[in-house]
Amino acid sequence: MNAFQNISDTLTLANRIIKHNLRSIDTLIKVVAMPVMMLLLMVFIFGGAFQIPGVSEDEYINYVLPGILLMTIATGSAYTSLRINLDKTTGMFDRLKSMPIAKSSILGGQVVASVIFMLVSIIVVFIVGFIAGFRSDATFLEWLLLMLLILLFSLALTWISVPFGLAAESIEGASSFSYILLMLLFISSAFVPVEGMPKVVRIFAENQPMTPIIQTLRNLLDSQAVGNDLWISFGWMVLIILISYIFGLKVYRRV
Amino acid sequence: MNTTILEIKNVRKSFKDKEVLKDVNITVKKGSVYALLGANGAGKSTLLKIVTGLLNCDNGKVTIKNIDVADNPVLAQKLFSFSSQTTTVDGVLTGYENLHLIAKLRQERNPRKVAENLLDKFELTEAKDKAVSTYSGGMRRRLDLAMSLVGSPEIIFLDEPTTGLDPKSRQELWDTIKEMKSQGKTILLTTQYLEEADYLADQIGFLREGEIVANGTPDEMKRLAGADKLLLVFNNHHNTERALKLFEFYYPIKRADCEISIDLDEEIETTLTVLNALTTEKIELKTFKMITPTLDDVFMTLTKG
Ligand SMILES: Nc1ncnc2c1ncn2[C@@H]1O[C@H](COP(=O)(O)OP(=O)(O)OP(=O)(O)O)[C@@H](O)[C@H]1O
Ligand SMILES: [Mg+2]
Repeated sequence: MNAFQNISDTLTLANRIIKHNLRSIDTLIKVVAMPVMMLLLMVFIFGGAFQIPGVSEDEYINYVLPGILLMTIATGSAYTSLRINLDKTTGMFDRLKSMPIAKSSILGGQVVASVIFMLVSIIVVFIVGFIAGFRSDATFLEWLLLMLLILLFSLALTWISVPFGLAAESIEGASSFSYILLMLLFISSAFVPVEGMPKVVRIFAENQPMTPIIQTLRNLLDSQAVGNDLWISFGWMVLIILISYIFGLKVYRRV
Repeated sequence: MNTTILEIKNVRKSFKDKEVLKDVNITVKKGSVYALLGANGAGKSTLLKIVTGLLNCDNGKVTIKNIDVADNPVLAQKLFSFSSQTTTVDGVLTGYENLHLIAKLRQERNPRKVAENLLDKFELTEAKDKAVSTYSGGMRRRLDLAMSLVGSPEIIFLDEPTTGLDPKSRQELWDTIKEMKSQGKTILLTTQYLEEADYLADQIGFLREGEIVANGTPDEMKRLAGADKLLLVFNNHHNTERALKLFEFYYPIKRADCEISIDLDEEIETTLTVLNALTTEKIELKTFKMITPTLDDVFMTLTKG
């Protein structure tokens, strides 16, 4: 089994999952259309209602866009989990595992497809954002760092969805963890500053991984200093990837 | 024709405390069809999963052309294909895309051509660009079988290939399996139907609660199961007793109050003789029917013996 075949098998299988995503209206609506609608809703309807110190009404879109980006990736991860669960329950994993292919390409294909799908959805959200008035002062280097952060976040949420998708008995169970991700987003600085939250909630919000990631994205897009948030974000994401990778492979060997 | 291609030796498997396979031994000759016959839960699928490298066994080993499946799965997997019990085809993809995917993964030089040829062979060309989720059960099984032929494997493992098919689709599938055999493929299939094993197999192995309780050719198996029987049902006690006496020669068995059965060695002749005798003696018959031994009868015979 050479490296070339491994890569080629992974891409072949990723291509299959991408076809699944593109042919599922449900997936496209939830992962692409929903965040776009959320963005427009936040900006044009709720935007005026949230009074954020130091942020004018016109700039509210700059404030919420990072949160919407993470939301897009979080909903995407629910579908990653679902696709993995479907392949397990329909016996597709068995068919593939019984074939003379690089076995790592079976999960690998899912992971690659998931990250690609998330990144494409992110680009769509960015485009709609620009049309709706989002502007950024970020330098080329800041954009690069931003893209790296988004890539890492996509990878982290993809890997979280692996053990859930593999372990769940049903499709409904497979994607339930994504509600936790969405809840984490709402209890963070994604849409309103944490300063206004009740004390207990605020302590939680300040110390959970979503807030530093959001802050870093926001500051990068605004061409501001990112400070420690950058390293805290990287730390969280590497930790998440490591833990879910180990768990994921453990569950994978059992199914 | 007489070389062994697959050898299953002393295979044992337990899930937690439950012993699912107890020392299974099977030898399959190249170019033959082997039917693994067993009821629900006998362990057929578990055995196939071990043989195809999807599951590790606790003891024993499986070799295909002298390659140990557990030690060298990818090398062994090049030699076979496996259709699982659940008919694993991708419902979202089209028939063509399903075959193309497998052909690419099996490193076919020209995956497009392989896919087209198989679609043609399995009469799926017309539906090739439709999503497989719109296919009928029979079409899905045909596609599944076509997918098993990609990469020209020498051995094909089929887990309950005809379960859930209507009689017409079943017959078509049987024909296809016969054709595969005639092209030199070795086939190991599982089934719950004696009739199916009889029709397709060169060798049958009875798997019962994780043990091969008998094996041999279909004829040997049928002899084991006993002959067909003629069941006679009468209107009253009196007639039943008269018939019992009349057919003493055939060793009739009284099965219920007004029912007797007679073993048929020569089916038509004995049946005609018996019915003629009843008419001559004016013994009124309520109804009669033929009973062929079922899988249950075979198991019953085997457990009694
Ligand atoms: N992963 C597992 N964990 C625990 N028990 C299992 C597992 N897989 C199978 N079994 C048990 O092993 C026994 C044999 O199952 P198997 O699926 O091999 O039977 P089968 O002959 O294929 O039956 P069927 O005709 O219903 O397909 C059953 O009692 C089943 O409950
Ligand atoms: Mg089974």
